[in-house]
This record gives sequence, structure tokens and C-alpha cells, in this order.
Amino acid sequence: MAAYLLRRLIQSALILLGVSFITFFLLYVLPADPVRQIAGRSATAETVENIREQLGLDKPFIVQYARYLGALVQGDMGRSYLQKTEVAELIQSRLPATLLLMAGAIFCELVLGLTMGIVAALWRGKALDQTLMVTSFVTVSAPQFVVSLLLLYIFAVKLGWFPIGGYGTFAHLVLPAVTLGILGSGWYSRMMRSSMVDVLRADYIRTARAKGLTRARIVLRHALPNAILPVIAMIGIDIGVFMGGIVVVESVFGWPGIGQLAWQAIQRVDIPIIMGVTLVSAFAIVLGNLLADLVAPLIDPRIRLR
Amino acid sequence: MTLAEAMPTTGAATAPDFVLRVEGLCVFARTEQGLKPLVQDLSFDLRKGETLAIAGESGSGKSITSLAIMGLLPQPAVRVTGGSIRFGGQDLAGLSDPALRTIRGDRIAMIFQEPMTSLNPVMTVGTQLTEAIRAHEPVGRSEARKRAVEALRAVRLSEPERRMGQYPHELSGGMRQRVMIAMALALRPEVLIADEPTTALDVTVQREVLDLLRDLQRDLGTAIILITHDMGVVAEMADRVIVMRQGRQVETATTLDIFARPQADYTQALLAAVPRMGQGAERPPVTTEPVARLTDVVVRYPLRGGLLGGITQNVHAVEHVSFDIRKGETFALVGESGCGKSTIAKALVGLAPHQGRIEIAGQALQGLDAPALKAMRRKVQMVFQDPMAALNPRTKVGDLISEPLVIHGIGDAASQRAKSADLMARVGLETAHLDRYPHEFSGGQRQRICIARALALQPDLIIADESVSALDVSVQARVLELLRALQAEFSVAYLFISHDMAVVDNISDRVGVMYLGQIVELGTRAQIFGNPQHPYTRRLINAVPIPDPLQKRATTSRASSEVPSPLHPPGRQPERVILRDIGAGHLVGTVS
Repeated sequence: MAAYLLRRLIQSALILLGVSFITFFLLYVLPADPVRQIAGRSATAETVENIREQLGLDKPFIVQYARYLGALVQGDMGRSYLQKTEVAELIQSRLPATLLLMAGAIFCELVLGLTMGIVAALWRGKALDQTLMVTSFVTVSAPQFVVSLLLLYIFAVKLGWFPIGGYGTFAHLVLPAVTLGILGSGWYSRMMRSSMVDVLRADYIRTARAKGLTRARIVLRHALPNAILPVIAMIGIDIGVFMGGIVVVESVFGWPGIGQLAWQAIQRVDIPIIMGVTLVSAFAIVLGNLLADLVAPLIDPRIRLR
Repeated sequence: MTLAEAMPTTGAATAPDFVLRVEGLCVFARTEQGLKPLVQDLSFDLRKGETLAIAGESGSGKSITSLAIMGLLPQPAVRVTGGSIRFGGQDLAGLSDPALRTIRGDRIAMIFQEPMTSLNPVMTVGTQLTEAIRAHEPVGRSEARKRAVEALRAVRLSEPERRMGQYPHELSGGMRQRVMIAMALALRPEVLIADEPTTALDVTVQREVLDLLRDLQRDLGTAIILITHDMGVVAEMADRVIVMRQGRQVETATTLDIFARPQADYTQALLAAVPRMGQGAERPPVTTEPVARLTDVVVRYPLRGGLLGGITQNVHAVEHVSFDIRKGETFALVGESGCGKSTIAKALVGLAPHQGRIEIAGQALQGLDAPALKAMRRKVQMVFQDPMAALNPRTKVGDLISEPLVIHGIGDAASQRAKSADLMARVGLETAHLDRYPHEFSGGQRQRICIARALALQPDLIIADESVSALDVSVQARVLELLRALQAEFSVAYLFISHDMAVVDNISDRVGVMYLGQIVELGTRAQIFGNPQHPYTRRLINAVPIPDPLQKRATTSRASSEVPSPLHPPGRQPERVILRDIGAGHLVGTVS
């Protein structure tokens, strides 16, 4: 177990190294010039060159990357070009909001998705099943900004149940979390349904019925733990998809998370922030997958970590 | 007093003896082609404490009948459309699911064919046992647990307390089937339905489970409905037999009568097709040159683990195996699951890395480059157990048969097709069916297609790995007949891998008995079956159920026979079996 964890952590470090290199390289070859953004339109060529030299952006790519990496290993993610604040500080102040939103969204996703999937599997082929699967298809294909604006318009503007945007109370959390939850639930419901349909055909379900167990016990105690395994692996992967969606939803709802931070940084070519947010997201994805792999053997004793 | 007056009294006196009475049972399936009958007009009684066998081949409706009694039919596609199932004053066919639930598992229990998949993999044995008890009786957790341990002890599982905390994958197939039996009998049901309870088990384990069922029945007085295709099991276990075919009852009689005086043509044909030991025709010894020779072959698979992925254990699948297969000969390898017989087949076609020397037609397999290995594969072909899995469902059978020719670039399209047609005819299929797909054929026909494909390259050796095990006995008999005829025609050698001693006795020239990766006895068919020397060979032969109810066997030892593990840490070797010739080439193993 300890050996397994150590090996996975080394793997994770290598993945993050790869992500940092690719992102850094992409930002380097990008035609947008961060120095122009800092100096402003009216700056002279001399000022521009000064700033470039100051930031070390005149050095060859490999030197720049080595410097960045050297600092990163010591926990220094650099300073924002424009805000002059430590990137680590910026991310630290934004991360709790994003984690809160993520927790809320995953909760909504699972409750909605798993319930829909289980109900559809139990009523397989019936009208209820078909309705749920069409619904899931709609949620999978709907664009994020459409769903967020729609919910915003109905529940915040028209009904006034929830605030239009911002951060601070539970009421603020509901709409962005539900938006992300609805968008993600389609995947989960489809996966849960097919997994559940397979499990309900299994021999051990027939055994459970032959024992005279109630339907509720058969579904919840015998079928569910077996059916949920592939879904757990998916939660790990889903965090990556989630990080993409959060940029749009945080912007629409004015949620002060790292998605918004990234969005602003991209517009201004603020490379240290982009790098920081990318690495934190990559770390979250790697961690999510590791956690999913660690949880699986708790449910299925046949899975051995090695 | 007249006879007519006496009749009702006898009827009334015997009636309570019946625990279950099925009358005019009809089960239909709703398919795209309309209603399809699965069981039609089936009637039978089950008496207290008796064992009633329902025997038949696949599609006979025997399993559907058992599911109908349990109320476990895959509704709504399959339903009881007529008749009644009387049990304890109720008609089970008309009961709602909640009402049936109180009977299921409590008064009528069932065990299934596949012990490997019939237990929930994510729940402990203890949980699965106690929940069955608590579903029907108002007992607390600790009381249920106590009774579960008792039930495990009753099925003679070692260390019942420890088993309670184990998961199904930690137990062997035989142990799992014991757990299933414990679960079924914990509540002392009046009726136990056993659907092919030993079909998936090794023959020595089958022996133990059958003995166990018989003992428990004697102690508890449970009436058993035994669903089986195996007439040997019927002869050993049943008091009465119902023979079914295509959903209908063909014949019913006492077991003694069925075997001694089968009335229906189908029953006679079925019994004639059952392979029996000691009936193999005497064949002249084969003295041709060998087509394959194995010398000291070893196959080990490393298990890795730890931080750097080092080898923690080795699976010793095959250990120091030597034998040869001669041209036109049938060499059989027998042994139970995990003994390494299929690994030898893999090594022979170059699919398992091996040490030692394997020669095909005088040329060593090891060290061949890819083109040479490909050329070598022309000489050895395989036929597997499951023909449906071995045939690509989206390819026409004509193309499947000619595919080896295409791969090896033999002939043009026209000649390949002609060859397919020729081979179709040789294996007894219609050449007009070349453009059909595998699913349009029956199981036996599909296996014929596989055989035709194996013959396409005119190999020296065909490896038949459990090739007839999944077939019904009547189909099996015809496929074996075909294999013999093809051998005479093409003088091809067979490596016949099987767990079925009776089939091996019927088809082979020489036999090697394998145990834990090593050959423990090797000799001609007559030597192995007529004069078995190694204790394991004897145990295998003794364990085979004999399709003759008059033949009473000596009670075997009731101790559980778990096979030791083939896993050893690196550097440790399993004990090596040394084969000694006891005369006329009959080799018997002794541990060095």
C-alpha cells in the first residue's frame, strides 16, 4: 500500500512536470506579447525592452522555463505581471470559493445523475426511462452559458429566490452549483443506467431474489455497490471536465473562484497566473483520480492496489 | 367392497405426501416472432424427501421450469400462461411477488450452476448468509450469525468462523457452491431446486458436492428437484426422472426403469449418446514419427508487486513436462481446472513463453523469428471450447473458414472459396450456407465450423481444448464421431484437452494425467483407465458419476480436496514429480 502510494505520487509529480512544460511552451510561442499588455499602448520601445529584460522574457525559452521550475520547486509561483501580487496568494484567496462550488456541483451531479440512472434502469424500456434518457441527452448537449443564463433568468430575475450573483451565503451557491450539477448529471445518469442494467442481470441478483429479499434491499444493498464502481472512476476524470466548465459558470454568476481568475489572466496574457491556475487544476485532476482509485477497493474487495 | 370404492381412500392417504404438484404448466416467451413456447403442458408431483431429476439437453425447458416454480422468470418477456404450481395449499403461479417472496428462500430454496458468479462479489459470505436468514425469521444479528456458522459447518466448510468474514473471490468454486448450499438449506426448506449444481465444478469437487447434497437430504428430509443434463448425476442422485425435450415431457419413470427400460425413442438416443468409461474401442498402437515433441517444458508467470515492480511470486503453470504426439494419434491431457493443460496448448502454438524444448515436425519453436513462427503455425491449429466466442459474429462462415488461407496467402479468392465449400461438406454442413453468419447455426454446427477452419491449412496437429465440453451429449457424440472420421481421412494428430474422463476414454490413444502443472501418469488409454497407478488418476476416475443406477460406488473419503497453490516465491521450486516406466511405456509419477 505504502509502495503503491509512493509510486502513484512519483507518477503524479511527473504528470505535473509534463503539464508545466507544455503549458509554458504554448504560452511562449503564443503571438500575444505580455510586455505590451503591461506597458500599455503608448509606451516607448525602450520602456518595452526594459520591462522585457526585467521580467526575464528576453532570455531563451529553456532558461525561462528552468527559472520558473526552479522557483516553483521552492514553492514560488511567481508574481502576477499586472497586479504585482504573489500568484500563490491570489490562488489561495480564490481556491476556497472554487472548492466550495466544486463540492456543491459534484453533490448535485451525483444526486441527480445517480437517481435518474437507477430509476431509468429499474423502469428500463418504459416511458419513464425514455423520458429520463432524453432529458439526460439534453443536459449533456446544452451549452453551459445557456443553462446558467436560463436558470439565472427564471430563479433569480423572475422568481427572485436566489441572488443574481456573488459569493458569501448558501443562497449564492445554489444556482451555480445546480447549473454545473445539471450539466454533469447527464453523463452520470447514462453511465449509472447502463451499469445498473448490467448488474441487475447478474447471477448474484438472481440469487438475492431467490433468497426472498425485498426489492429495495436487492437494489440498494446488492446492485448499487456493484453498479457504482465505474461511476467512481468517472468522478476522478470528471474533475478535469469540471475545471473547464467552471470558467464560464464563475464568470456568469460572478463567483470569485480560480476560474474567473484564469479568465481575466488569459485576456491579459498574465503568464504566471495562467501557469499557476493550470498547475493547480492539473493537481486537482491528478488528486481526484488518485482518490477515486483509493476508494474503489473499499467498495470492491477484489480490487488490489499494486 | 369394489375396487372403485377403495380408490378414493388411497388417494386421500397419499395426497399429503406431495410437497409440490405441477399441473399442465405452460411457459411462453414473447419474442419478435410472436409467442414462443418454452414449456408446454408439464405435470409432475414432488414427494416428501425424494429427489426428482429433470433431465434434458439445452432448450428442453428444464431450467425455465425451475425458475417458474421460484417465480423468478424474466418477466414480462417470459410468463406462465397456464397450469398451476400447487405448494402448501397455494398456487404459486398465481401469487403476487410479495407473497412469493415469503416462500422463496424460506420454504423453497434454489442453488444455481455458476458458483463463481452466483454470490455477490462485494459482500462477505457472512453478510449474504445472515441476510437470507433474517429475511424470513425475526432473529437478531448475533442469533442469525450463529445459525449461519452452523450452516457453514453443516456443509463441511473448514474454519466456518473465518469464512464468515471472507469475500467470495477468496474461496474456490467448490467452496462457493458449499456456501450456496448452506444459504439454501439454512432455513430448512421443504423443497430445494438444484439447477445444474455441479456442472461448473471439477469432477472430484462434483463428487464431494453430490455426496454432501445426499447426506443433507437424508438428515433434513428435503425434497430435491435436480435439474441436470448429466445422466451420470441422474443415475447417482435421483429416485425418479422426468426427461424433457423442447419444452415437453418425453418420459417419466423411476431412475432404475429409465436406465433399464427407456421407452421413448428420445430417451434411448439420449442414453446411447452418453459417453461411458470402459467403452472405448480398442485401437492399434500408433507407432508413427512424432509431429510434436515436448522436452522438459516449463511455463512460469511472474507476479509483480512492490515499489519497483519486482517479482514477488511465480505461478508455476507447467513444470518439466515431456511427451510427444505422433502422426495420426490422439493424445489426451486430462486434469482439473488450473492444472496447466491449457497452458501447454498455448505454449505449443507459441503463445506462452516457455523454457525447455518444443519441437513441431522436428523444428524447435524457441528462437524462431516472426515469419518462421507464422510458417510453423500452419502446422498446428486450435479448436476452442466456446464456438460462439471463437467465431467473429460479423463475418460469414465461408470467409471464417478460408481466413487461414488468406492469412498465409494460399491460393486466390476462387480457390479459397472452393476450399471453404469443400471443408463445409467434409464437416457435415451444407455448402449452400457459406454466406450465413455464425448466429444462424446451432452450437454443434458452430463447433463444426471451427473444426473446418482448423483443417483449412491441413495441419499436422489440431489442439482441441475442451472442444466438446459445452455441447449437449447427443451433439457431442456426433462431433466426436466427426473428429475420428477426419483423423482417419487426413491422418491429423489431436491434442485432446479435456476434464471429462469418459470422453477421453472414448477418443484417445494415449493419455497424460496432469496435476499442479506436472504430468503424474502417462500411458495408453488401456493402461490409464484399465490399470491406473497414481492415486490422483484413481481419484479422478472414481469421481466420475456413472450413468448406471445399479452400480453402487464405494463411499469416497468426505474430506475436502482443495488443490494446493501453484504460487511459489522466487527461487522456491515445487516438488518435482519423477516419472518411472512400470512396463510397456506406462509412466507413473513419484515425488523425488
